[in-house]
Amino acid sequence: MGERKLMRGNEVIAEAAIRAGCECYFAYPITPQAELLEHMARNMPRLGRTFVQAESEIGAINMLYGAAAAGVRAMTSSSSPGISLKQEGISYIAGSNLPAVIVNIMRGGPGLGDIAPAQGDYFQATKGGGHGDYRMIVLGPSTVPEAGELTILAFDLADKYRVPVMILADGMLGQMMEPVELPDPVDPATLPKKDWALTGAKGRDPNIILSFDLDPEVLKQMNLVLQEKYRKIEDNEARYEEYQTDDADIVIAAYGTVARIAKTVVRRARAEGIKLGLFRPITLWPFPYEPLRELASRVKTVLTVEMSAGQMWEDVRLAVAERAETPFYGEMGGVVTTPKKILSEVRKYAR
Amino acid sequence: MAVRTRKLPAPEVLPAASHPMHKYLREDRLPHIWCSGCGLGTALSCFTHALDELGLGPKDVAVVSGIGCTGRVAGYVNLDSYHTTHGRAIPFATGLTIAQPEKKVIVFSGDGDLFAIGGNHFIHAARRNIDITVICVNNFNYGMTGGQFGPTTPIGARGTTAPYGNYENPFNLPYLAASSGAVYVARWTTVHVRRLKDAMVEAIEKPGFTFVELVSPCPTNYGRRNGLGDGLEETRYYAQRSVICHGADPKEADLIPGEDIIVGKFLERDRLTFLQMYEKQIVEKNKLRHF
Ligand SMILES: Cc1ncc(C[n+]2csc(CCOP(=O)(O)OP(=O)(O)O)c2C)c(N)n1
Ligand code: SF4
Ligand SMILES: [Mg+2]
Repeated sequence: MGERKLMRGNEVIAEAAIRAGCECYFAYPITPQAELLEHMARNMPRLGRTFVQAESEIGAINMLYGAAAAGVRAMTSSSSPGISLKQEGISYIAGSNLPAVIVNIMRGGPGLGDIAPAQGDYFQATKGGGHGDYRMIVLGPSTVPEAGELTILAFDLADKYRVPVMILADGMLGQMMEPVELPDPVDPATLPKKDWALTGAKGRDPNIILSFDLDPEVLKQMNLVLQEKYRKIEDNEARYEEYQTDDADIVIAAYGTVARIAKTVVRRARAEGIKLGLFRPITLWPFPYEPLRELASRVKTVLTVEMSAGQMWEDVRLAVAERAETPFYGEMGGVVTTPKKILSEVRKYAR
Repeated sequence: MAVRTRKLPAPEVLPAASHPMHKYLREDRLPHIWCSGCGLGTALSCFTHALDELGLGPKDVAVVSGIGCTGRVAGYVNLDSYHTTHGRAIPFATGLTIAQPEKKVIVFSGDGDLFAIGGNHFIHAARRNIDITVICVNNFNYGMTGGQFGPTTPIGARGTTAPYGNYENPFNLPYLAASSGAVYVARWTTVHVRRLKDAMVEAIEKPGFTFVELVSPCPTNYGRRNGLGDGLEETRYYAQRSVICHGADPKEADLIPGEDIIVGKFLERDRLTFLQMYEKQIVEKNKLRHF
């Protein structure tokens, strides 16, 4: 393991990407993730790698598309309104079976919204924000060190399945500073070989990367291949954390920053004698339906808490079905919830 | 030892004075959020004086801004105003003017908004000769997001995302506007308040796509990082380096640090506007009748 440092979430994601072997990074400035660009602008040139400040988010996502087709590890980052602009490109990247990493440091919406932390882009990230039948792996870090770990994982999963992977964090995590231990840089020689990449066809048949076919039957086959891959990802990659759930009567379901706040709530509730636990999805797609379903059959209440009007809540209800009651508590528009508010919500469901 | 303090007379409180152009301002939203020394106050003030000279009131004008410090202009004018998507002020203004051609539609926005994310829209509106006036406050950086370099940042200048100095070639805005089809192209700085106001009057009056570039200090995010000092010093620098040259070839009007800043009216010409062309090429030629 490398050195221990006090770093901001945005910087940790940038630095972890560099250590994961990110060769090209493309982005357009937007608050609250500008530090990510700044870290890349300072550090990529030192390593002979490239940062391009694109003319727009649409420019950036398509630069990423091109770099991914060339077979190098590459990334883009933005915040909510900018991520909306990238959706067409993400759909193309998914349809072309290309590995790419996209970071969304969410802020309040809809529209211009504000620059405060929010979780209103869950639907967009996990249900396919662009057109067509595609999915992308979505990782939801809840601490600064975890943001670094999941960034490395994002590159690995992207290469393994040839899919776009999104890191879905919020402005709080992007701006917050915590001590982190950065991993050693990966050895490029250990990275998977990409014989499909557009590296020049001398001495081999040309590689063709595309996301279309005008013959519906052929396009259907291409879609089936994608779907098969998605089923494999669902079977193998769902990740989650359970915290004090063994004897719990009530469980909070939360991800990212809210899950971190909810951990404090679990401790406070237990001090009051409420048997509270936390279920925290780490992969938001694939969503850990099975483990939550299993947990739900042992508890009375699964309380979803989000900084949104209730987006992950839909997946929670799908998982829980009728096994437990599934109330919701959320804040919107960049208002960050507090342990006190969540706790008073929890008390409503305590016996 | 006893300290004797002299009682000072209570400060005289002046009656709240109104801005001379208060009829154009949303006074309830003031004071504005711009930094001290920023050129945007001057830009807004010149704009209100231009409207006043033209005798344009709330019935006649709509102001459209994108996102950025400059974009805040839309929020401070006491007129119908629109704070649109980042980079999309021009297509929004296009829709607005086509829906109500009798109104004066003015786009007020920043260099990043109009020429990075919105660059494509700018050239197409100029090509079509859409009847709008575009006023670009060029402060050589993305002010609102903290001072990243942008499409007008000179080579070598520093920004938060250009820690080693910018190495991308900047746009020459008057040249871009002229070659894309604008019918009026001028550049002034925040020093030239009267001439700037006159240029705004001319641009707003003239039918078709008219463009005014306003070179403006951003002490907080540009001047400070690039040895231009505070807002006053940056303004003084623009005053000293500006050379007024009407009719100059916009091709020669690159803004290079340490070299002359060519200001003035580069061109004024007549072309049929989008709606006039539509009338001529579609309606008249094909003998279509409006119902
Ligand atoms: C889609 C989108 N991307 C990025 C942003 C962030 N953003 C807001 S203002 C701005 C740049 C503003 O620069 P400029 O137009 O030069 O205006 P200034 O602040 O310098 O007046 C950016 C990048 C945004 N609001 N929306
Ligand atoms: S950041 Fe720059 S452009 Fe924005 S208000 Fe301050 S001085 Fe003006
Ligand atoms: Mg600017």
